[in-house]
Amino acid sequence: MKRLRSAVELEQLRVKILNERKPEKPCISICGGTGCHAYGCENVAKAFKNEIKRQGLSKQVELKVTGCHGFCERGPLMVLHPQKIFYQRVSPDDVSEIIAETVIKGNIIDRLLYVEPVSGEKAQFEEDVPFYKRQQRLVFGNNGLIDPTNIEDYLAIGGYSALSKVLFNMQPEEVIEEINKSGLRGRGGGGFPTGRKWESCRNALSSDGIRYVICNADEGDPGAYMDRSLLEGNPHSVMEGMVIGAYAVGAHDGYVYVRLEYPLALKNLGIALGQAREYGFLGQNILGSGFDFDVKISRGGGAFICGESTALMASLEGKVGEPRQKHIHTALQGLYSKPTNLNNVETWANVSLIINRGADWYSQIGTEGSKGTKIFSLVGKINNTGLVEVPMGIRLREIIYDIGGGIPRGKKFKAIQTGGPSGGCLPESLIDLPVDFDRLTKAGSMMGSGGMIVMDEGTCMVDIARYFVNFLTEESCGKCVPCREGLDRMLDILTDITEGRGKKGDIELLEELGGLLKESSLCALGTTASNPVLSTIKYFRAEYEAHIREKRCPAGVCKALITFMVDSEKCTGCGVCLRECPQEAIFGEKKKPHTIDQSKCIRCGLCRDSCKFEAIIVA
Amino acid sequence: MVNDYEKVKAIVDRYGGKHDSVIAILQDVQSEYHYLPEHALRAVAVQLGLPLIQICGVATFFKAFSLKPRGEHTVTVCLGTACHVRGAPAVLDEVKRQLGIEPGNTTDDMRFTLETVNCLGACALGPILVVDGEYQGQMSSRKVKKTLSKYKKTPKDRRHEEIAVSG
Repeated sequence: MKRLRSAVELEQLRVKILNERKPEKPCISICGGTGCHAYGCENVAKAFKNEIKRQGLSKQVELKVTGCHGFCERGPLMVLHPQKIFYQRVSPDDVSEIIAETVIKGNIIDRLLYVEPVSGEKAQFEEDVPFYKRQQRLVFGNNGLIDPTNIEDYLAIGGYSALSKVLFNMQPEEVIEEINKSGLRGRGGGGFPTGRKWESCRNALSSDGIRYVICNADEGDPGAYMDRSLLEGNPHSVMEGMVIGAYAVGAHDGYVYVRLEYPLALKNLGIALGQAREYGFLGQNILGSGFDFDVKISRGGGAFICGESTALMASLEGKVGEPRQKHIHTALQGLYSKPTNLNNVETWANVSLIINRGADWYSQIGTEGSKGTKIFSLVGKINNTGLVEVPMGIRLREIIYDIGGGIPRGKKFKAIQTGGPSGGCLPESLIDLPVDFDRLTKAGSMMGSGGMIVMDEGTCMVDIARYFVNFLTEESCGKCVPCREGLDRMLDILTDITEGRGKKGDIELLEELGGLLKESSLCALGTTASNPVLSTIKYFRAEYEAHIREKRCPAGVCKALITFMVDSEKCTGCGVCLRECPQEAIFGEKKKPHTIDQSKCIRCGLCRDSCKFEAIIVA
Repeated sequence: MVNDYEKVKAIVDRYGGKHDSVIAILQDVQSEYHYLPEHALRAVAVQLGLPLIQICGVATFFKAFSLKPRGEHTVTVCLGTACHVRGAPAVLDEVKRQLGIEPGNTTDDMRFTLETVNCLGACALGPILVVDGEYQGQMSSRKVKKTLSKYKKTPKDRRHEEIAVSG
């Protein structure tokens, strides 16, 4: 492929690609995201490949392994285009039937359709599935249409047209103005206005003119994986945003800092970079415009703190990933002390959308202070686990019940945790809260990178607070005292409470320490670290008090405070638990109710897991 | 040892001996040895012209690096929030009991290394156990023993046994 040298050549290539493609040709799109991978989607893809070959259909049927479609709960997923017939839980055994019945004859295979659990209704097409119906998938929706390893798929849906528009029809200042007008705010957590960041970076003094742009793909929040899915599924959309950003701020070198645990993202990004260079979207004289820009990939070292911009930059320089004080912003002095503009993956992926469709269109979506859509990962105790893209301002209830399908096994909703380890837990009374940057912060949580972990009545909020503080204690870099020592102390107190050693005054001490961390920590990890504790105390104080005063864990989670017992009404004396128990703590005669010897029980829960009759109760 | 020095040198040279490549160099050294042996750290320091303390600082700061040799199989328990609320702590407890080691350690027979990870982003399958990169979803403490038993004997073991017998 010869490098494209002008906007005209790009459009000519696009026309050529589109002419070669027949929209009516059946195309099987298989979700190849990490979730579906874990379900074994590559075997499904292999089976399709073999079957298509066996039946000599290679010319008539197209097969595409794409990035994540979002509905991880029902993987492996496939969509048959152009009708958009949606099949879920597809196994290699279904493949020959799908080809024979659906692809060739157009018949629907009933058992592979998604069934709405409440109404029992079946959905034939992707857009009929309630999970997708309520979403607005502007950024994420293209994942299902493109093979991320084929740049022509991206060009076929209009890829790099925003870049061409910017390079040939807009001054850098106009680009920044457009982004400013759109109201786009950083999707990585902070929510800083993107246009303003670009502006300060462009205007910052650099003695030798060197500036950098960085894509932060060190997605470390547990339970959040939208950035990975974008990089895996649509890497060029992120790249296009970066080149536009580089043009706007005047940078010629860029970095993508990718979390080490994301091998597929690294691979697909690497392929995308190679193709972008080959076609002339990266490198010297991009599209013949005279603008030069290239990107290097840097693998993270597995430190949560490196998601913080100054720590990330230290790590890029080959140093220990410790943050520094930000009295001088990184936009002025960042990587190698040069003006540096860092944005998160999802932010970059929004850029070409804004340029293509205009800031006026974009800013109609969302709420007053938060524009556009946001991708959330909806996980935990929820029926429809997956990635959802919704307009800002949507209510939590709509996300949890209309899209997420509610709580499994008829359990009761208890709380939703947003914003990653430094976010907060919101109770049922706030379920009608519209979701945007400012409202989440006001409620004591935050947007963060968009993790949403749903919790039911079986989740202990003190244990959850302890879990996050433990996480942050391990991930604290240790540079500043409040974060290093404060978190350690908070962890001690929370561990005491969950292990039955809680005492009067502990809650107040936690609140005091939490306030101190907020005021005096060096970076955002420390200043937000007490959110999970303070928000659970605020909304679930009674649960803390039950642990401290009554030495009782109402949710039945904290090991030291619970007892496993046999419900003699339900126990059939089958003996399974007796055999499973590693402590030989269960005894009883065959076909008669068994008993647990509390002095031997280590509360491992194996008996409860193995009992088919739900005869093991926790109190 | 000369060979090892050359091996490390080749890796350092691949990055043009640049100081900002320390992390990438150590990652490559680790994929070569499966951990970071002391001699390799010393070799990296010498070749980059950096103090050993700086190399060790990076090697101990980032979780991806291990200064201890690792076992034949790596067992990773995901402790992401979604897995946590679905019972990952009980799964980890059971793995610890089955292997008799704490996370970050390797069994005496060098068979298994136990690790934890903060999130794998396959939350629909939680709790997740990963053995040698293979995802074992919807794990429960009860399934742990059976899952691990599959890895207690591998073709490699059997080959070793055969060699031992024929030798």
